[in-house]
Amino acid sequence: MSAVADTHAQEHHHGPAKGISRWLLTTNHKDIGTMYLVFSFAMFLLGGTMAMVIRAELFQPGLQIVQPEFFNQMTTMHGLIMVFGAVMPAFVGLANWMLPLMIGAPDMALPRMNNWSFWLLPCAFLILVSTLFMEGGAPNFGWTFYAPLSTTYGPPSTTFFIFAVHIMGISSIMGAINVIATILNLRAPGMTLMKMPLFVWTWLITAFLLIAVMPVLAGVVTMMLMDINFGTSFFDASGGGDPVLFQHVFWFFGHPEVYIMILPAFGAVSHIIPAFSRKPLFGYASMVYAVGAIALLSFVVWAHHMFTVGIPIAGQLFFMYATMLIAVPTGVKVFNWVATMFRGSLTFEAPMLFAVAFVILFTIGGFSGLMLAIAPADFQYHDTYFVVAHFHYVLVPGAIFGIFASAYFWLPKWTGHMYDETLAKTHFWLSFVGMNLAFFPMHFLGLAGMPRRIPDYALQFADFNMISSIGAFMFGVTQLLFLLIVIKCVRGGKEAAAKPWDGAEGLEWTVPSPAPYHTFATPPEVK
Amino acid sequence: MRVHAKRAGALLGGLVFPTWSMADWTMNMSPGVTGTSNDIFSLHMTILWICVVIGVVVFGVMFWSIFAHRKSQGHKPANFHENTLVEILWTIIPFVILVVMAIPATATLVDMYDTTEAEVDVKITGYQWKWQYEYVDQDFGYFSNLATPRDQIENRQDKGENYLLEVDNPLIIPVGKKVRFLLTANDVIHSWWVPAFGVKKDAIPGFINETWVRVDEPGVYRGQCTELCGKDHGFMPVVVEAVPEEEFNVWLAEQKAAAQKERELTQKDWTMDELMARGEKAYQTACAACHQPDGSGAPPAFPALKGSPIATGDVTAHIDIVVNGKAGTAMQAFGNQLSEVDLAAVITYERNAWGNNTGDMVTPKEILDYKNQQ
Ligand code: HEM
Ligand SMILES: [Cu+2]
Repeated sequence: MSAVADTHAQEHHHGPAKGISRWLLTTNHKDIGTMYLVFSFAMFLLGGTMAMVIRAELFQPGLQIVQPEFFNQMTTMHGLIMVFGAVMPAFVGLANWMLPLMIGAPDMALPRMNNWSFWLLPCAFLILVSTLFMEGGAPNFGWTFYAPLSTTYGPPSTTFFIFAVHIMGISSIMGAINVIATILNLRAPGMTLMKMPLFVWTWLITAFLLIAVMPVLAGVVTMMLMDINFGTSFFDASGGGDPVLFQHVFWFFGHPEVYIMILPAFGAVSHIIPAFSRKPLFGYASMVYAVGAIALLSFVVWAHHMFTVGIPIAGQLFFMYATMLIAVPTGVKVFNWVATMFRGSLTFEAPMLFAVAFVILFTIGGFSGLMLAIAPADFQYHDTYFVVAHFHYVLVPGAIFGIFASAYFWLPKWTGHMYDETLAKTHFWLSFVGMNLAFFPMHFLGLAGMPRRIPDYALQFADFNMISSIGAFMFGVTQLLFLLIVIKCVRGGKEAAAKPWDGAEGLEWTVPSPAPYHTFATPPEVK
Repeated sequence: MRVHAKRAGALLGGLVFPTWSMADWTMNMSPGVTGTSNDIFSLHMTILWICVVIGVVVFGVMFWSIFAHRKSQGHKPANFHENTLVEILWTIIPFVILVVMAIPATATLVDMYDTTEAEVDVKITGYQWKWQYEYVDQDFGYFSNLATPRDQIENRQDKGENYLLEVDNPLIIPVGKKVRFLLTANDVIHSWWVPAFGVKKDAIPGFINETWVRVDEPGVYRGQCTELCGKDHGFMPVVVEAVPEEEFNVWLAEQKAAAQKERELTQKDWTMDELMARGEKAYQTACAACHQPDGSGAPPAFPALKGSPIATGDVTAHIDIVVNGKAGTAMQAFGNQLSEVDLAAVITYERNAWGNNTGDMVTPKEILDYKNQQ
């Protein structure tokens, strides 16, 4: 006990511990934030490598590089790793670093649990990735793991996959509890809810979404576990079960999940655009209400992923109307960002480039979302490359560009140095071109009739697939540049001022750069 | 304009890459050949144009700002940050547009769900990885398998025009009649899609889904399975041939007669060579996808048959697993999928091919007896 108290006291007075124990045992929100971000980038590269395998196989018709069994493992693992390993941890990393700095708190409210929620992640992903080397291969039923393909017909490694999902779920729930506890209890005096920065707002709402739906995911994988190993028949029709039940439960988790992956990016972009427009955010209050509305609506639209399973027409209509409705608050957000830029004084440093591209390309993803919401038309779009185009438009230039924008925006605060602007702009333009080349033609492929999740395709799809693969390779290789830029920035570069962006607002810019190991030991006053 | 782009593309493609010359540059959905598919197409175009117009306005304002309100242009920032009227307007206007859009969408959906008054009923069953078509009331049905040769898929042979979109036995339907499809599946979830009909419906084990089509133009229409259903999900196309009604009736009568003949074959005395020849064919269509053409399998999901205890051991156990399948695995019950002749042939083949030389011969009569005992 006394030993614990000792190190604690030491940390407070002398900064971080030395060596590996700093990282293993740390309860410091900045260290944990860094670990989350590094982990997320590693997963981004791993998931990206799998995407390269997929695009290489699809470069030309015919089977060239991999067999269908392995192809299916690649699409499945790519999806799972990107969603649970890259995007979600990146946002938790940003939350760890920035929430305390933004609300003037000394740390997260539950620092030890914070350490736990991070270290569970590498364990979960070690298990998940190890399934690639198991007999029968890794999960091969898609990131949506529909039963009975994933139960009765799943590979033996499915049980390990279920275990990994459980661990990730626990990690996310603990992270979410921490975010809520921090935001509700540790705000600086004077910071009322409606004065909170938008990143804080969007994360608060995201955390509630996580707590609401991660247990549902845990429930559905537990039912799978029972079906596979303990002879139940939740999803097995021949035992009286219901395969469609799986989809209802999965998408009850799955649709809010897609908003979990975008709301924090909404928040970050709502800081970056005003900063580089040198003008306050337009419609702060309506931004908050819009996020709230999106979050609430996200619980009643899940069956738009299931328009072709044969739900009764009344259900079909309800889910169509509800889904169309979600476009309204989403539109409000986009209009607000544009109005913020309107008559500002704009400059285009890397964070702003990524943020502006975010608004444009996310909106394109929103448009295709609206098209998909029209149930009769969805009968044609569903499970084609059109859907693949849609969700990559909302996730790559949405979530991922949002993360890049945030990283460039706050890197000076994290490292104390400015990143190399020329390299960062190169990173942006190559990503922008690569990403559009990769994903825009997928709209055409889907409309022309190419189903998703196939390792080989009919000849009329050949040219757009080739273009798409070229774009994907370009996008993939470009991301190594980001690694280089960050390493360079950590090791040196122009010294960053406490507030390196003249238009930026918020408490995080009142502390020096790099942010000291402990900040806001005495809370600031917010007027 | 489109045509020119297509030609230029084809020319360039032909020069750069041989496969490209086969390809085209279709960018949009096709209107299809049914009332439903045309309705869907017009909904698709309407919502697409709505999106384009909204996009032009929103991005127009944005690009104007990017262009004119730059700091480098010396633009000084304004300081406004809310405007209740504007905010209310841009909430209400999109809402109204959506309501307007919802009206035709609802009408189309209601029409798509109306499966009453069908004149022909076809039951469609999804299997890993083929479709079964059964003409309800006619007591007749068959399987439809991918017809593209393995050599084309593995690039040892040039790819044909309908690469991956061709089957041995297409579904035949009469033109001008409302055909109702009853969809279900035998193993995992599949989804039956023909883009030109605007028909896509999931085939789910334990459920029977309904949908319908009325095709007015005779022709061959191609589609694919669209729900990930395992290894060969990309290799189970849908081909439908719509033919004039008289032709359809003639075809149906012929097929039923042929099926009757096939049943009579059960009583014939078969020789080993005949069974082996027939067995090899049946094996390649029904079994090779999993157990591989050379019987080597893909363990652990798909065990090898070459030298396997079942294929070289007790004959009854072998018959049992082929007829009844093995619960909890991908091994289906082939008892109702294959005729007695094919079952006998395939079992004989498995027991004697690839060095399994057991010398055992299983006759169609034995299979019939086995089935009758159950
Ligand atoms: C205007 C807002 C949006 C609407 C109306 C919308 C609508 C839809 C619909 C109807 C589908 C189902 C398509 C199908 O499978 O046939 C879908 C799929 C999907 N959407 Fe969205 N969406 C919107 C925004 C988003 C956002 C913000 C994200 C994530 C950041 C997202 C991620 C996804 C994903 C991942 C899928 C595919 C899941 C899968 O089947 O693998 N969507 N969307
Ligand atoms: Cu959704």
